[in-house]
Amino acid sequence: MPDVLPPDSVGIVTPQTLHFSEPLLLACGKTLNEYQLVCETYGQLNANKSNAVLICHALSGHHHAAGYHSMSDKRPGWWDSYIGPGKPIDTNKFFVVSLNNLGGCHGSTGPSSINPETGKPWGPDFPKLRVRDWVHSQARLADKLGINVWAAVIGGSLGGMQAMRWALEYPERVRHCAVIASALKLSAQNIAFNETARQAIISDPNFLDGRYQEHNTLPRHGLGVARMIGHITYLSDHDMGEKFGRDLRSGSFDIGSDEEVEFQIESYLRYQGGNFAKQFDANSYLLITKALDYFDLGREYGDDPIAAFKLAQAKFLVISFSTDWRFAPERSHEIVSALIGANKSVTYAEIESKSGHDAFLLPDERYQQVFGRYLAGIATE
Amino acid sequence: MRIDLNEIQHWIKQSSRILDLGCGDGTLLKFLIDTKHVDGYGLEIDAEQINLCIDKGLNVIEQNLDRGLGNFADNSFDTVLMTQALQTLHFPHKVLDEMLRVGKECIVTFPNFGHWKARYHLATHGRMPVSDLLPYEWYDTPNIHFCTFKDFEVLCRERNYKVINRQVVNEASGQLLKDVMPNLFGETAIYHLSK
Repeated sequence: MPDVLPPDSVGIVTPQTLHFSEPLLLACGKTLNEYQLVCETYGQLNANKSNAVLICHALSGHHHAAGYHSMSDKRPGWWDSYIGPGKPIDTNKFFVVSLNNLGGCHGSTGPSSINPETGKPWGPDFPKLRVRDWVHSQARLADKLGINVWAAVIGGSLGGMQAMRWALEYPERVRHCAVIASALKLSAQNIAFNETARQAIISDPNFLDGRYQEHNTLPRHGLGVARMIGHITYLSDHDMGEKFGRDLRSGSFDIGSDEEVEFQIESYLRYQGGNFAKQFDANSYLLITKALDYFDLGREYGDDPIAAFKLAQAKFLVISFSTDWRFAPERSHEIVSALIGANKSVTYAEIESKSGHDAFLLPDERYQQVFGRYLAGIATE
Repeated sequence: MRIDLNEIQHWIKQSSRILDLGCGDGTLLKFLIDTKHVDGYGLEIDAEQINLCIDKGLNVIEQNLDRGLGNFADNSFDTVLMTQALQTLHFPHKVLDEMLRVGKECIVTFPNFGHWKARYHLATHGRMPVSDLLPYEWYDTPNIHFCTFKDFEVLCRERNYKVINRQVVNEASGQLLKDVMPNLFGETAIYHLSK
């Protein structure tokens, strides 16, 4: 909660909700007749509308990427370290658009919204989405905002997958594509983590086949465990060791003591899980993790990411983090190799970091330098 | 621009595809893009140098050359360059093989350790030479594989590299002598190789 807004903050921001009544045909074959997307914008769109940047969020992200909703907010938006005046995504130069994706649970149409045909929450009946569906809905959003070409489409993790898909689905609408801590497709281990998280949700007795809303309950425990699993994989062994070690929150190992022992890490993870379960919809979590699992950039191009990237017209910035084992640097090497194979412009940096996958969200001097200097170069194009 | 970089431009064709290994701050790549309209990539591992390449709008890829060039296809570049980086590699001969796999031709420059100043320093002081060009102490130098003009010539023969051009260049003194006795008076060697 800031007493005064920091000078490099975008300040107090207000989300806006946009309604779309033109049916959207989805990859699963179903159609969404109408939907709404909630978004925030930072900075000013210039006269020739050439300075717009799209932020694509990851699994648990949403439209509130920067600034504060009110002076009583405890924390700014999720990517506030990177979006603002003078920051890498410089709002003095760029008009930044950040949305909550379709299928999410922060205001855009998703499983927790009311299905207009039944008058009840969509719940498990909400259509399955793929990354390309998000991209297509984001293109509609761009149309509505009067943005024909993005100066850059930017995303970390699952957001990076959306950025790459943008470059293939709408090659002429993306000048630059920033793909951070992402992958051409998830590994088996990655899918395994997601499935374990999904099983935690589904096996919660309050899940009720996904119709928990109709029964006025929530699978809080299952969703909390799902988040705990995810959270472990977003941190590095080193970071967890440094932050928590084997420190105890309560109890002791004294001989003769029968007191229950609780490690700090246990308490931390439970708190994170519990907190997340209050804010996130379980059906959204299932839907989004499946979209992650299904993504495979090269699938429809003969399983050849080089052939896929040949369609792109954008220039690429790819960034990875040394201790990220969920989206390891090797995954970014695969992206870079495919881009080189397709003879595309690409800049790649591997940031030394202790923070695992979470590093893409955290302040880091070198990351800020690479990201900021790349974007500074494209602001003048 | 460093003198070896200045010489190299004569061996680069217009609009060719270039890979610059250990591209530093990107001076050469930028110069070749501006004057010869080449397109290509630079590989570098130093964070600050990478930033300077980004400032120039270059395609710079953070990659350790000792990891190989496995991410580059055979014959995918017209020329693969490596200036003043050969002596920093763990396996220079393997990187040279890789350069000739990936590129149709390659250009390599390196400090000639057979230069009379190096010999004089070692002969009179009995200690490893430290010079303006190579200002490091032996124990903390990035330069771990020194060779002479002659050594490199032998390597080319052993590994069947075809030498298209060879040259030594000096920043200032010894301009005449270097052509007569390159291994004694040449400071920097430049080799233009093919398979």
